[in-house]
Amino acid sequence: MASIEDYGTYETAWCPGCGNFALLEGVKKGLVAAGLAPRDVLFVSGIGQAAKAPHYLNANLFNGLHGRSLPVATGAKLASPNLAVFVESGDGCCYGEGGNHFLAAIRRNVDVTMIVHDNQIYGLTKGQASPTSEAGTKTKAQPAGVILERFNPVAVAVAMRAGFVARSFTGNVDHLAEMIRRGIAHRGLSLIDVLQPCVSFNKVNTFAWYKKRCRELGAEYDPADWSAALKTAVEWGDTIPVGVIYENDRPPFESLESVLAKGPLVGREVDRAALAGEMMRIGGAADD
Amino acid sequence: MMTVRSTNVVIGGEAGQGLVTVGRLLSRILVGEGYRIVVTQSYQSRIRGGHNTFEVRVSPDAIEAPAEEIDVLVALDDATVAVHLAELSPGGLVIADEAFCDGGERCLRVPFKDLAPAAFRNVAALGVVCAALGLDGNSAARIVDEAFGAKHPEMAEGNRSALAKAIAWCSGQESYFRRLPAAPEGPRRIMLEGNEALALGAVSAGLRFVSFYPMTPATSIPLTVIGMADRMGIVVEQAEDEIAAINMAIGASFAGAPSLTATSGGGFALMVEGVSLAGMTETPVVVVVGQRPAPATGLPTRTEQADLEFVLHAGHGEFPRAIFAPGSVEDCFHLARKALFLAEAYQGPVFILTDQFLADSFRSVEPFDLSGLDQVKPGADPASIEEPYRRHAMTAGGVSPRLLPGVSAHLVVTDSDEHTEDGHLTEDLGVRKAMVEKRLAKLEGLRREVVPPAYEGSGSPELLLVSWGSTRGSAREAAAAIRANGVDVATLHFNQVWPLVPEQFVERLESAGSVVCVEGNAFGQLARLIRRETGFEIEERVSRYDGLPITPGFILRELSV
Repeated sequence: MASIEDYGTYETAWCPGCGNFALLEGVKKGLVAAGLAPRDVLFVSGIGQAAKAPHYLNANLFNGLHGRSLPVATGAKLASPNLAVFVESGDGCCYGEGGNHFLAAIRRNVDVTMIVHDNQIYGLTKGQASPTSEAGTKTKAQPAGVILERFNPVAVAVAMRAGFVARSFTGNVDHLAEMIRRGIAHRGLSLIDVLQPCVSFNKVNTFAWYKKRCRELGAEYDPADWSAALKTAVEWGDTIPVGVIYENDRPPFESLESVLAKGPLVGREVDRAALAGEMMRIGGAADD
Repeated sequence: MMTVRSTNVVIGGEAGQGLVTVGRLLSRILVGEGYRIVVTQSYQSRIRGGHNTFEVRVSPDAIEAPAEEIDVLVALDDATVAVHLAELSPGGLVIADEAFCDGGERCLRVPFKDLAPAAFRNVAALGVVCAALGLDGNSAARIVDEAFGAKHPEMAEGNRSALAKAIAWCSGQESYFRRLPAAPEGPRRIMLEGNEALALGAVSAGLRFVSFYPMTPATSIPLTVIGMADRMGIVVEQAEDEIAAINMAIGASFAGAPSLTATSGGGFALMVEGVSLAGMTETPVVVVVGQRPAPATGLPTRTEQADLEFVLHAGHGEFPRAIFAPGSVEDCFHLARKALFLAEAYQGPVFILTDQFLADSFRSVEPFDLSGLDQVKPGADPASIEEPYRRHAMTAGGVSPRLLPGVSAHLVVTDSDEHTEDGHLTEDLGVRKAMVEKRLAKLEGLRREVVPPAYEGSGSPELLLVSWGSTRGSAREAAAAIRANGVDVATLHFNQVWPLVPEQFVERLESAGSVVCVEGNAFGQLARLIRRETGFEIEERVSRYDGLPITPGFILRELSV
C-alpha cells in the first residue's frame, strides 16, 4: 500500500503562505487514499507556479507547454489506459490558454483527473488578471479594473454535463483530498477546481476571504440532480459552495473506443498478414 | 520533344458530377490491365460546382510525371470543352454530350440521354472512354460492379446497363478511337495515392496513434488509417485544433504509442510550439506536412513546395530534426517507415514534407512486401537501466534511454523547461549548456542516417537538374527528353532535405557545366538551403508557384530547350 512518504518531500519555489503547499498535501493524501503507487501515476502539467507542483511529487511527470496539458494527458491515457493520469495546473493555464481543450476534454470524457489551482490571478508572470478574476479586479495590466466577466469553470462544466465536477478550498486539506479521491474513482473526466489564495498578487481573494465564504454541501445535496447542480454551480458571493457539485455516469471515451476495448496500445505487434489484406483492399486488388 | 509514349486522359466537369468516381474507376481499370498511371487531381475548394479535372496519364511503360497536352478530353459539362480545347494534342479526341459538343471532327458526340438516365451518365462516360482506349469491356464491368455492388446494390444494375450501352454505342464509332498500346505482362499491381502509401508505411512500422484536425490535402492520411484502425489496432482521434493534435500525439508517444499527426501549412503553423516541445522533451513524433499554396489560406486545394524553409525552422530554439520529402508513391511508404524509426531512435520530431499533387496522385505500384518488415519498439528495456533512472541522462551520442511511464518502478520525468538529467526543471546555467549540447549531439546520428540524394547521369554533365520531393518524376522525364536531343544532362534528387550532408553531393554540383534547381516555390528554397550549407550558388532556377504541379513540359519551356 502506498504511503504519503512514497510521494516524497522536496524544496519548492513557492512564496511562504502560498495555497500550493496545502494543495500538494491534499494531492498526496488523495493519491494515497485512492491506493495509487507512484509508478502507476502520471501527472501532466503546463506552465505557471501551479504547474510546478508535480515536480515536488515523486511520480511520473510530463511538464509540457502552457495551456496544453489536457491534450498531452489525453494522448497518454489513450496510449496507456492503465496509468492513472492527472492534469494539474493553474486557472490561466487550464481556462485561459487551454480553454478550447477544456471544452473538448469535457465532451471527450477521457478518464483524466483535472486538478486546477484557482487563485484568480497570474502568479508566475507577476499579477495579471486570470480568466477567473472578478470583474473590477485592479492589476498592473488592468489598472482600471478587469472589464471582462469572471469565467465560471464549474458552471461551464456542469452545463456541459461533465462527468464529475467538484470545488474545494486549500483551507480544508481533508476535504480537498476527499474530492481528489472521488475524482480518481470517477471514470471519465473529473474536474476539481481548487480555490486558493495567492499571497503575493491577489490581495482581495485572500485565505480569510475564501474561509468566510466556502460552505460544504450537506448530505441532503444530490450531485446527480443536474438542475440543482446548475443552480449550485452559479452560486458565487457571500457563500461559495464546495464539494461534489455534479456527477453522472456518462461512459468514458475509452469504453466507447473499440480499439482500446482490446487492451492498451503499448506493446502491440503489427499483424502483417492483416496489413497485407488492407493494402490490397485499398489498392483495389482484394482477392476476388 | 517527349520521348515517352503515353496517353493523357482528362476528365473535366463540376464538383458533384461524379468525375472523381469516373477517374478512379478508369484508373483502377487501367492498373488492372497492367498499365502505369500518373493521376493529377485539380479541384476547386468547394463541394459542388466550379471547374474540376481528374487527369490520368497512362502508358504501358514506367512513368512518374504528369503531362500537359490532352489526348482524350472527357467533358462532363460544356465549360470543360471551352477551357481545355486549346490543350488538345494533334489527333486528340473530345468525348462530350452531343448537346454541347461543337461537332468538330475531333469531337465524339455522345447521345448520353439515350444511353443512361442522368444519375448514371458518369458511368456511361466511363464506358465510352474505355471503348475509345480499346480497354476490355468485361474488366470494366467487373470493376464497376465491385465499386457499387456491395455498397449500393440498387445502383449496380443502372451502372451495369449504362456501361454496356455506352460500350455498344461506341462500336459504330471506330474511326475516333485512340487504342492504347498493349500493356506488358507482369505481376499484379495495385493503385495507391501518396497519402495512402504514406499511411500504409506508417502502419507497417508500428503506428499506434494518430491525432489530426482536418485540412486539405493531409486529411486522407488519417482517413486511410481510420479505414483499417479497428483491424490494425490504432487509435485515431480528431482533435479540437492542430495544437491539441500535436500535443496529443506527443502525449501518446511519451506513454509508448508510436504517433503521427498530419496537416498542411496553416495547421502546421499552430503546431509549431508543439514541435519545439517534442525537441525539448525528446519525445518521438512524426509530423506530415502536405504542402499547398499559401500564405494564409492560399489556394487550399492546389499544390506547391513552399514550406521547406518553414518546416526546417519551425519551433523556437535549437534542436535536431529530420525532414523527408518523398518523390514518389513508393517513397511515401518507405520514408514514412523511416520517419517512425528515426523519431524513436533520436527521440524528437521527424517531418514528412509532401504536397497536394503527390498526396492525391494515384499510381500503379507493386504491392509492398510486408513479410520481412520490422516495427518500431518504443522505449528501452527497463531491465537494462542503471539506477537511478534519469530520463535525460548524458550519453555520448546524446540519446538517453527512454523508459515508458508505468511499465516499471522507474519514474519517467520530463519538462518543457530546461531540465536536469532526471527531468526536473532547473535554472543551473551549466546544466543548460550541457543539455543543449546533449540534444544537438543527436544531429550527428541523424546525419549518419541521411538518405543520400539520387544522382543519375555522367560524371561531368553539361547540365544538372536539381529537385526535391514530388518534382522528381518531372525532372527525370525532362532530363530524358533533353538527353534525347544529344545534350549530356544529369539529375540530382533529394528525398531528404534535412540534414544535408554536403560530401554526398557537392562534387556533383561542381562537376556540372550548369546547374538548375527545379522547385515549386518562388524563393528557390532548396537552392538557398544548399548555398547556406555548402556555399555553392545555384544561379538558375525553374520555379512554379501558380498552384499546379511542375510537369516535364513546364521544365522544358522554362529552360527554352
